[in-house]
Amino acid sequence: MTEAEARTLLRDIIAGIAPEADFAGLADDEDMREALDLDSIDFTNLIIGLHARTGLDIPEADYHRLFTLAGAAGYLSDRAPGPSPA
Amino acid sequence: MGAFRMPALGADMESGTLVEWLIKPGDTVKSGDVVAVVETQKGAIEVECFEEGVVASLAIGQGETVPIGTLLAQIGAEAPEPTQPHAPPSPKPAQPQPAPPPAPAPAEPSRIRASPAARRLAAERNIPLATLRGTGIDGAITLADVAAAAAVPRRAAARGFDAVEMRRAIAAAMSCSKRDIPHYYLSETIDLTAALAWLEAFNAPRPPTERLLPAALLLKAAALALRNTPRLNGTFEDGEYRPSPGIHAGWAIALRGGGLVAPAIRDTDRRPLPELMAAIRDLVRRARGGGLRLSELTGGTVTVTSLGERGAESVTGIIYPPQVAIIGFGRVSVRPMVIGDAVAARPAVTASLAADHRVTDGHAGGLYLATVTRLLQTPEVL
Repeated sequence: MTEAEARTLLRDIIAGIAPEADFAGLADDEDMREALDLDSIDFTNLIIGLHARTGLDIPEADYHRLFTLAGAAGYLSDRAPGPSPA
Repeated sequence: MGAFRMPALGADMESGTLVEWLIKPGDTVKSGDVVAVVETQKGAIEVECFEEGVVASLAIGQGETVPIGTLLAQIGAEAPEPTQPHAPPSPKPAQPQPAPPPAPAPAEPSRIRASPAARRLAAERNIPLATLRGTGIDGAITLADVAAAAAVPRRAAARGFDAVEMRRAIAAAMSCSKRDIPHYYLSETIDLTAALAWLEAFNAPRPPTERLLPAALLLKAAALALRNTPRLNGTFEDGEYRPSPGIHAGWAIALRGGGLVAPAIRDTDRRPLPELMAAIRDLVRRARGGGLRLSELTGGTVTVTSLGERGAESVTGIIYPPQVAIIGFGRVSVRPMVIGDAVAARPAVTASLAADHRVTDGHAGGLYLATVTRLLQTPEVL
């Protein structure tokens, strides 16, 4: 998965979890949980969505690496195969 | 012939708008069926009917706002009888249904999923939800979907949504609580080292769908501890405390754009942790995407609120009347704690209790928090 594909996937899943999330003002290194008002359940649903779409089993110890858009995109592009259709 | 009336969602509710009928004359309904979607100050909720038989007639149309107690439909085995549209409300508001279903089931797949904001805007603009494609959770229709169809500015629509009504409802309930209920407050800082270690070991071999959050442990401990202090689990009405035979914790959920709801998880103390985790996720999804049911919103016997990992360190709750207690958990964070003779850094949470002094005293509340603390030291028994 390329980093661009990972970013698209992340936005797609988050839009399903928090439809009112405003990506326009989200900086690459900003904590998405703060900026998009994602709570623990939302973040869990993001991890579940990534698991469902890529097959990637993200351990809890790695969750902190997905807190920012840049971190999550880099993490996914390093590990995930190409995304499957929604 | 049974009468299905506009139900009361809470002491502060005066009227409701029938957004969508899910039945029509001639349909057969059984007790517990979801028959209508009603927009209240607390958003759109699915309303169950506890009558059985054939729908004889619908007394009001979609989009109409009527006082609680107003006849909505006649249900019975007999032939349809003429009914008076806009029948006057009964002198006393209809009481919440006495026999809610044993456990909340997922909404039927045939129902159109839509957020409360989306339903309201669609009703205002006369846009059938069936004509829209949802882009939200599980294909739920979102405000943005309706706004796009209506070609209205999203921000303007969002401002007009029930945030004001929701705030009004919260203000009414909380003012009533602060005015009528003599609260007392207690708190306890709880070492979560054992609980989080157990959680980490539990989650490690499991896929994300089966992992637990600390919230599930906190909720289960709060519910189990109520078995030892039953006077915190019930209602105070007409000058009298009425204990609840079951522990049905209302789980406080913050809604996007403001407001909160606390749908009940029936038999909280009896459910295994994975089931509780699934129930929490399901309620959050339906609270934010549409599909909460009347029995869930009226069935709480106590409220539990957990502020989560981004919340404040502690919370001092306000009791949701007619309940008599609210249990709060702040953010789990590493804090200095005295262990033996030394100070150590430990993951901890502040548990709080706000309770009704008409029913219990601080001594009982203190015993309750001590039980919660003890249970969280042995997470394997939760």
